[in-house]
Amino acid sequence: MAVAASTATPERVIVPKPKWRPLESERNLAWLLLLPTMVLLGLFIAYPFMRGLMLSVTDSRVGVPGEFVGLDNFRKLAVDPIFHAVVWNTCLYTLVTTIFKLALGLWLALLLNRTFKFKAFTRAFILLPFIIPTVLSTFAWKWMFDPTFSVLNWMLYQTGMIRVAINWLGDGDLAMLSIIIVNIWRGVPFFAISLLAGLQTISPDLNEAAAIDGARPWQRFWHITWPLLLPVTMVVVLFSVIQTFADFQIVYVMTGGGPANATHLFATYAYQLGVGTGLLSQGAAVSLAMFPILLLIVIAQLLYIRRVEVR
Amino acid sequence: MATVSIREVHKHYDDFHAVKGVSLEIKDHEFVVLVGPSGCGKTTTLRMVAGLETITEGRVLIGDTVVNELPPMDRDIAMVFQNYALYPHMSVYDNMAFGLKMRKFDKAEIKRRVDNAADILGIKDHLHRKPRQLSGGQRQRVALGRAIVRNPQVFLFDEPLSNLDAKLRVQMRVELKKLHQRLGTTAIYVTHDQVEAMTLGDRVVVMKDGLIQQVGEPLDLYNTPANKYVAGFIGSPAMNFADVIIAQNGSGLVAANNAIKIGVPEHLTAPLGAHVGMPATFGIRPEDLRIADGSEPSTQTFEAVVEVAEQLGSEILLDVSCGPNSMVASVDPTVRVKPGEKIRLAFNPKRAHFFDGTTEAAVRG
Amino acid sequence: MIEGEAWRRWVYFRIPLALFLIFLLFPFYWMVITTFRPDGELYRPWRAVNYTPFWTWNPTLDHIKYLFSETMFATWMWNTMFIALASTVISLFCGVLAGYALSRLNFPFAGSLGTGIFITYLVPQTLLFIPLSEIIRNYKLGDTPWSLILTYPTFLIPFCTWLMMGYFKAVPKELEECARIDGASRWQAMLYIIIPVAVPGILSAGIFAFTLSWNEFIYALVFLSSPEQKTVPVGVVSELIRGDVFFWGPLMAGALLGSIPVAIAYSFFVEHYVSGLTGSVKG
Repeated sequence: MAVAASTATPERVIVPKPKWRPLESERNLAWLLLLPTMVLLGLFIAYPFMRGLMLSVTDSRVGVPGEFVGLDNFRKLAVDPIFHAVVWNTCLYTLVTTIFKLALGLWLALLLNRTFKFKAFTRAFILLPFIIPTVLSTFAWKWMFDPTFSVLNWMLYQTGMIRVAINWLGDGDLAMLSIIIVNIWRGVPFFAISLLAGLQTISPDLNEAAAIDGARPWQRFWHITWPLLLPVTMVVVLFSVIQTFADFQIVYVMTGGGPANATHLFATYAYQLGVGTGLLSQGAAVSLAMFPILLLIVIAQLLYIRRVEVR
Repeated sequence: MATVSIREVHKHYDDFHAVKGVSLEIKDHEFVVLVGPSGCGKTTTLRMVAGLETITEGRVLIGDTVVNELPPMDRDIAMVFQNYALYPHMSVYDNMAFGLKMRKFDKAEIKRRVDNAADILGIKDHLHRKPRQLSGGQRQRVALGRAIVRNPQVFLFDEPLSNLDAKLRVQMRVELKKLHQRLGTTAIYVTHDQVEAMTLGDRVVVMKDGLIQQVGEPLDLYNTPANKYVAGFIGSPAMNFADVIIAQNGSGLVAANNAIKIGVPEHLTAPLGAHVGMPATFGIRPEDLRIADGSEPSTQTFEAVVEVAEQLGSEILLDVSCGPNSMVASVDPTVRVKPGEKIRLAFNPKRAHFFDGTTEAAVRG
Repeated sequence: MIEGEAWRRWVYFRIPLALFLIFLLFPFYWMVITTFRPDGELYRPWRAVNYTPFWTWNPTLDHIKYLFSETMFATWMWNTMFIALASTVISLFCGVLAGYALSRLNFPFAGSLGTGIFITYLVPQTLLFIPLSEIIRNYKLGDTPWSLILTYPTFLIPFCTWLMMGYFKAVPKELEECARIDGASRWQAMLYIIIPVAVPGILSAGIFAFTLSWNEFIYALVFLSSPEQKTVPVGVVSELIRGDVFFWGPLMAGALLGSIPVAIAYSFFVEHYVSGLTGSVKG
């Protein structure tokens, strides 16, 4: 301390011993605050994940601690025709529903972005499919698709579009169509409300300036609204893809994976193997097989989102 | 109330050296203003005194206590922030009482102090309101009130007026000055506005790039700036500069470039003698320029071309070009000139400044 | 923004919006009408004469009575409510503290921990239910509400943390700096200043977490077995379907009543729910 030494008169300097306040250190406080979260997530996410990995390389069944069998479970899956169908079904289900949810959700968001009477009210009602417990609302759909008492068939018949009853859930392709419809129905509100929030952050000045520059409504959407909405859209799609890929409730209630395994997804097949028939290790292998695919989707999307945001 | 000593203080953020050895002794009751452009380290210095930033190197003393290791709560200081930082969920009363509650004052004493501060600041009628119901000026007063109820050792101000509109800013400036005269609490005030610095400060500290450029009373900085940076920063409109070469001319010196050729005033001839043949900067404030009436020696005039004449009523600001340099001259409101007109400007030789061409330090007689 | 004649407004706005509303809300209407329709009308082939699917002239409470007398529906409601509230409270507690630490404190690994939380936010429940069921059994938590109260936070905490980080980031840092200078410790500044300011965010996270746990199905399905421990969705599935016989009247009544608490909670906090929803997808 060159300056302190150079002062002519020796001065009285108190260097107080600071009181012991461990939580004034950002580091200590941060770890303390994170402790409960890390304990819970460690116990019920990280640990089960490791357990799942270990299970999937044994041949355990309910009540029978298994032996190490290496990658046998995955080898079995590789030649399991049902598993092949599961992979195909899940991809188809995810792709088709995501496209429709995005298109319809965006359309609905654009409609809601106008000013009209009862707007808040309408918005509140639109979210209902997303709020109401999925299992319960899916039962309403199952009842609407009932082979004998289907109200949808009645409507189609009354309007002259069909002559004989459609067995919605009895045919593989129709069953797939049915669960896709229900998933779209449940997912559109989430897309619409999230995209609406995104739309509301776009300054109306931009659209007005473009209109003055002579852009038609469609051009305005394509050159202004859509690019500005893209970051939000990507995140919404990311969430939806993951949820849809891992979907369980809708299929479990509507078809249980049938008819003849035509609508099994990863989760329902894992449930059937692991809980239904007690083949824990095989069930664990099926659900873990989701992980690398999900990881790829997440990484791809996050990279894309980052690129969009940088631009 | 106390002195504040800042001794050889440094602040490093990762690889950015924000404060590069600042030393400053602030006397009891003194109002010191740190002024400089954004990124000059003035706010970082203030935050180190407050305890909101750790001190990488050096020492800060409040009174005779080294406070480096003390958390802000133990430093007995008060701070007013640029955005006021009023607690939005508390009433004005609770905002002002919070610091006292934290220090476990009893209820009656809290009420007495808050009422007293509210009285001084004229916000007695708003004590039950929430901050969002107040105007900008009222919020500013609450922020001040929160600081004064505690009767702390030191007040710290971080650009407290810059969120106010121009008119209110002038008014609050005066009130702040009155408040300080009344309370006499030691204060450190950070601003980027040199007018605020000049009007409020007992002493002003000009900073740039993490270093102190000059410390002094406002008029000292104005009249005898230590270097070209301070000269240009203090004063509005800013000091005019022209890059020149110093040359010998008989017994005297001349400073010249391709547009002007002026005589070096006598009191500067000796110190500038060492600069002969070297570049320097000539500086002159706008109010030290006037239209030449022919009575001046030609060594104290130079030619310029009028570009714009700004009529301010009490004066006219002439924007002129003078070779490669633009200059501003503050002239008598009766002067009539047209854009494009060639004029001769005369300068007051006693108030001419010269700065070293490389170090930019002022050359003084 | 709407230009031109009235027909444009109909074609481009009113009709599409009406169709959307019908598509999105019809299943709920169907739920309601089925709940109050007597069995005789319910199981009538759709080509029968006088078939009026959208209305009933003989409303009945039989299905609801059945639900409360023949099943443990009241218990399921209570279980679901208790589990949802308890797991929401735990998740809010953890999420608020973690969100505060990750958004407002500087400490080593803050960034990677934030990313880690975001990634767990993306882990779907269906990935882990089999090993989790084993662990639950080992901890002797199987068939108790605690099996859900402790596992629901695994997907609620990441969500709450993420949402709260967004809210906390929006609070100016000067607020807590000022509090600390006013004499508060970091802990007190958080408790008395920052958390009260973030109450709207806490409400959003809470209402959203509540609906998510009310909605949860697969953990409840796998971890609970005895009827008196079940939640509404699981109880409805397992006790109102016998083999391939569906008791549609009570099923729909159960679906309707089971939705009401969420719907009520939602209706009180629509704005908070929406900001939670949109906040959850913002970075």
